[in-house]
Amino acid sequence: MRKTITLEVNGASETEEVEVGMTLLRFLRDRLDLTGTKEGCNEGECGSCMVLLDGRPVNSCLVLAVEAGGGKVTTIEGLSKDGALHPIQEAFLAHASIQCGFCTPGMVVTAVALLRQNPDPSEEEIRSALAGNLCRCTGYRQIVDAVRGAAAAMRAKAAAPLAVSA
Amino acid sequence: MSAGRSVGRDVPRVDGLDKVTGAAQYTADLKFPRLLHVAVVRSPHPHARVLDVRTGLASRAPGVRAVASGRDFPLHTGIYLKDQTVFATDRVRFVGDPVAAVAAESPEAAAEAALLVEVDYEPLPPIFDVEEGMAEGAPLVHPDLGRYEVVPWIQPKAGTNVCNHLKIRKGDYEKALSGSWRVFQNTFRVPQVQHVPLEPHVSVARVDLSGKVEVHTSAQSPFTVRHLLAACFGLSHGDVRVHVPYVGGGFGGKAGINLEPIAVALAMRCRGRWVRLMVDRHEEFFATVVRQGLSATLVTGVDRSGKVQAQKMHYLWNCGAYGGYGVNIVRAAGYTCGGAYEFPNVWGDSIGVYTNRPVGSAYRGFGMQEIHWALEQQMDRVALEMGIDPVEFRLMNCLGAGKSTVTGQVLDEHAGRVDLCIRRVAEEIGLDPARERRPYRGKGIACAVKAPAMPNDAASSVVLKFAEDATLEILIAGIDYGQGLMTVAAQFAAEALDIPLETIRVKGCPDTDLSPYDWQTVASRQTWATGNAVLRAASEIGRQLCETSAEVLSVPAADLTLRGGHVVHEPTGRSIPLTRLVMGYQFPDGHAIGGPVAATTSYLPEGLLFLDPETSQSAKPVAKWTFGAQAVEISVDPETGQVTVEKVAACYDVGRVVNPGLIRGQTYGGIVQGIGTGTMEELVLDPKTGRALNASLMDYKIPSTEDVPTVMTVDFVETPQKDGPMGARGIGEHTMIPTPAAIANALFDACGVRISEMPITAEKVWRALKEKEKVRCRTPLPCRPLAAGPFSAESLARHLSSLPVPARTVALLTGIPRGNGSVDSVTVKWAHGRTRALVGTLRSGDVREVAYQPDVAALTGLGPGLTPTGDDLLVGLAAMASRLGDAGLVDPRALRAYGGSLGGLASASTTPAALALLGNAANGLYPSVLAAVVESLGNPDVQPETLLERAARLAAVGAHSGADLLAGALALALGIVFPEEAR
Repeated sequence: MRKTITLEVNGASETEEVEVGMTLLRFLRDRLDLTGTKEGCNEGECGSCMVLLDGRPVNSCLVLAVEAGGGKVTTIEGLSKDGALHPIQEAFLAHASIQCGFCTPGMVVTAVALLRQNPDPSEEEIRSALAGNLCRCTGYRQIVDAVRGAAAAMRAKAAAPLAVSA
Repeated sequence: MSAGRSVGRDVPRVDGLDKVTGAAQYTADLKFPRLLHVAVVRSPHPHARVLDVRTGLASRAPGVRAVASGRDFPLHTGIYLKDQTVFATDRVRFVGDPVAAVAAESPEAAAEAALLVEVDYEPLPPIFDVEEGMAEGAPLVHPDLGRYEVVPWIQPKAGTNVCNHLKIRKGDYEKALSGSWRVFQNTFRVPQVQHVPLEPHVSVARVDLSGKVEVHTSAQSPFTVRHLLAACFGLSHGDVRVHVPYVGGGFGGKAGINLEPIAVALAMRCRGRWVRLMVDRHEEFFATVVRQGLSATLVTGVDRSGKVQAQKMHYLWNCGAYGGYGVNIVRAAGYTCGGAYEFPNVWGDSIGVYTNRPVGSAYRGFGMQEIHWALEQQMDRVALEMGIDPVEFRLMNCLGAGKSTVTGQVLDEHAGRVDLCIRRVAEEIGLDPARERRPYRGKGIACAVKAPAMPNDAASSVVLKFAEDATLEILIAGIDYGQGLMTVAAQFAAEALDIPLETIRVKGCPDTDLSPYDWQTVASRQTWATGNAVLRAASEIGRQLCETSAEVLSVPAADLTLRGGHVVHEPTGRSIPLTRLVMGYQFPDGHAIGGPVAATTSYLPEGLLFLDPETSQSAKPVAKWTFGAQAVEISVDPETGQVTVEKVAACYDVGRVVNPGLIRGQTYGGIVQGIGTGTMEELVLDPKTGRALNASLMDYKIPSTEDVPTVMTVDFVETPQKDGPMGARGIGEHTMIPTPAAIANALFDACGVRISEMPITAEKVWRALKEKEKVRCRTPLPCRPLAAGPFSAESLARHLSSLPVPARTVALLTGIPRGNGSVDSVTVKWAHGRTRALVGTLRSGDVREVAYQPDVAALTGLGPGLTPTGDDLLVGLAAMASRLGDAGLVDPRALRAYGGSLGGLASASTTPAALALLGNAANGLYPSVLAAVVESLGNPDVQPETLLERAARLAAVGAHSGADLLAGALALALGIVFPEEAR
């Protein structure tokens, strides 16, 4: 059975006819060619396919495309704007947090959701938020450091205009 | 103006932007027109004869474009031992062995058609364990072993399940063993585990109408993929083209060929179409490759000083169904069996055994984590039982300049310094032997060493060329699957040519038609091999640039240097920017010289020599050794057995740190992968059906952010590698080698239990703690630890003068039998003499003598009774020794050695009850009645009457046990505090 869905992906409206059994992951990768979102296990265990659905991080392999209909989806491709990186992406580069890079998009997306909700997370809160994103390369140390670093940078930026006016 | 230093700087990785934006394309991200999808028909049996494969129904199913099966592809392949065909032909050898495959227009159509392939099997008895596989008359996994083609340095044994056997024979092991002061033998095991790269294996292939093969694949070794595919299908290398885009982790599991032959076989059946085979996470666990299992028995003979004189290693490797890289792991483990230590006399056998398990292959460390799990625990056990601090024991025995490895290679002063690594991590974790101990918290250490295991002629080459704007392009065929090869290649070039890093682009996704040759990305060899090739190419490019500039400036080329993107004539300061040179220099009159500047260079390790086939002796068997050590601090939850790694310190001698951020990442990653295999991971097969029981990330856990220590300290020694690029040597694999053994050693330190079979799960620890508890329960007397209290010699003298001592106790103390049938004279004399000798050694603090335990052995089981007299003496002595140790009167190391002696007694030597008492004493638990007396003796706060009462209660125990326990305690008290009187 097929159904036509309309949803906003990285700010652009998309209308597509899909099989009702198609996952959001397949939709993003195969229909929209947004291959930054990775398939690591297809069973919601690894977090490589993490995207934001209406601001919440979800494993896109566990969400049907039709469920996302009417919603707003942000993938890794939507985080940088015209070459300008999101502060979390900057921090991943600065803290040597990337190795093979396969988990990186999912990690960054999860971190974005965390910092939106909690701009000043503790190490423990970061670890807890990222516990659903597996990485086999890095040992997580530099990833956690990057998220802390990004949080600090984002807070400093948010506070900056006040500092100037003072 | 110099571009500044690049090597040694924390520059961001050059592929970082691709990866952090989602731009990086991995194999599954590539788009192909009208792509076909593959489903593989796999064996449901661990071992069976294949009688018939019928594909007719499947090939007529909707959407199916090609079906392929065994008999159409009879050629054997294998990197060292050609024992595998594309599909199983006459027999299947593990659950998951491919039998046939289907390519169809959709994944669903392929999966449905695969169900229509009919296979007739005749099940055969399977082998899962190495011991079974080695047994006389065991079913043969490869009856044709003798007919397979094999490289000369791998030695399979036809008519058996042995796919390789490497022997190490150094010195005179038997003689050294018989001359040893003490001998220790232990067995350790490692199960099969899976690599779990985040990106599962995937390969895409097309055979065009002219017959040329093109493959895009997630692989570590594009040229080896090409080489083996050509062999598989009888093709010219020139007609096979392999592309490797970004790779999402490999850890050895993507070395050589994996899915590629199946994809190509199907592509041959539907020429012109692209065919993609992706395994899902479930298949990834058992149908790709796994790490081999190991069963290792070690024998260590030490001399009185604690130097290891004789060392035997017997390794049985569970290679699974095919030899693959496994046969070379068997070899590497053999010639590295001495680990980081110097063993003068060695008898080593490293044997690879075929079984009906998933295929064993390379996994980060290439056998080294497995053998270090055994060796580093063995070293700890020997040290503790010898009464030597494990750190000191390692320093006494470790390799260094002038020392010889098990192959007889004598290390020179350029070798890495494992001694420095040991000292640094020991200090960082606080492995001071006099450290304060807390219950269920422990510290442990383990060393690591590894050399690249590769053919002696394994080469890397690179191309350096310039674009018109003087951007330097570096073509490599080593794969950067996270370790940072692209970045370090750029750093070496930037440093050598003194150009800004921003002007360099590394082309790191090779295409075998266009890229320079590289053997493989394995063996922690890329920074070293490709790094060397880059430096050679840079030097050649510099020569070309200076030659042209010399002509332009009319100066000798020797006076020119490269600086900040210019060729500079130092004496005059005149310079030419590279932008005017890289495509050739044009003079004002229009004539041009030089030409596009480029260089192709290679690096091949020099001077490597084969191992002797019978003894494996060789003066230079490998290119380099990287040494290191890790120490850990852990805590144990006694209720659940859960081990938590609190802190890890790592130190490696890497020759030169090329990029601090990347090398820290390698180290953290290795430690955490080591914690994974060390405490969590095991691929479990159903012992009946041979099917994997935990083939999902839900059931097979790898470490997440919540499973890893927050404190990991990383340190490096930099003893330059003579043939390393700017002194660097490999580090990628080494970081996960020592972690499990260090945790195991810390576990013993924390709670006195040893887990010899990886992984150290909560269940195993809990069971071991319960087992220890049971031993405690079986003792005839309730036991407890000693309470601390003050001690003085004066109080002891006062107490002794007022203490009525039973006649039997006096007899044992004096060696003169007296009283009415108290004890027979032989026992008295023996017991007295041996007790005195033991007291003497404890007093002298001669740890090794204590550890040698001739007196302990002599006393064990001496005399009649439920707990023989000799054992009671030993226990009484142990309690008093512990008290005097607290008072600083007995050397703590001697105490530990004594405890070790008691704990290590064989069950045959005395009665079960005595053994339980001795075991408790070894763990600091003493019969309560004895403890009360020992705590009182010499304690100024205890009144003589109280002591009297407690001593009477002790003396009343058993027929004579109480008196004997008291004799042991008094003998030591007298011997230590009043040595003159005792005599």
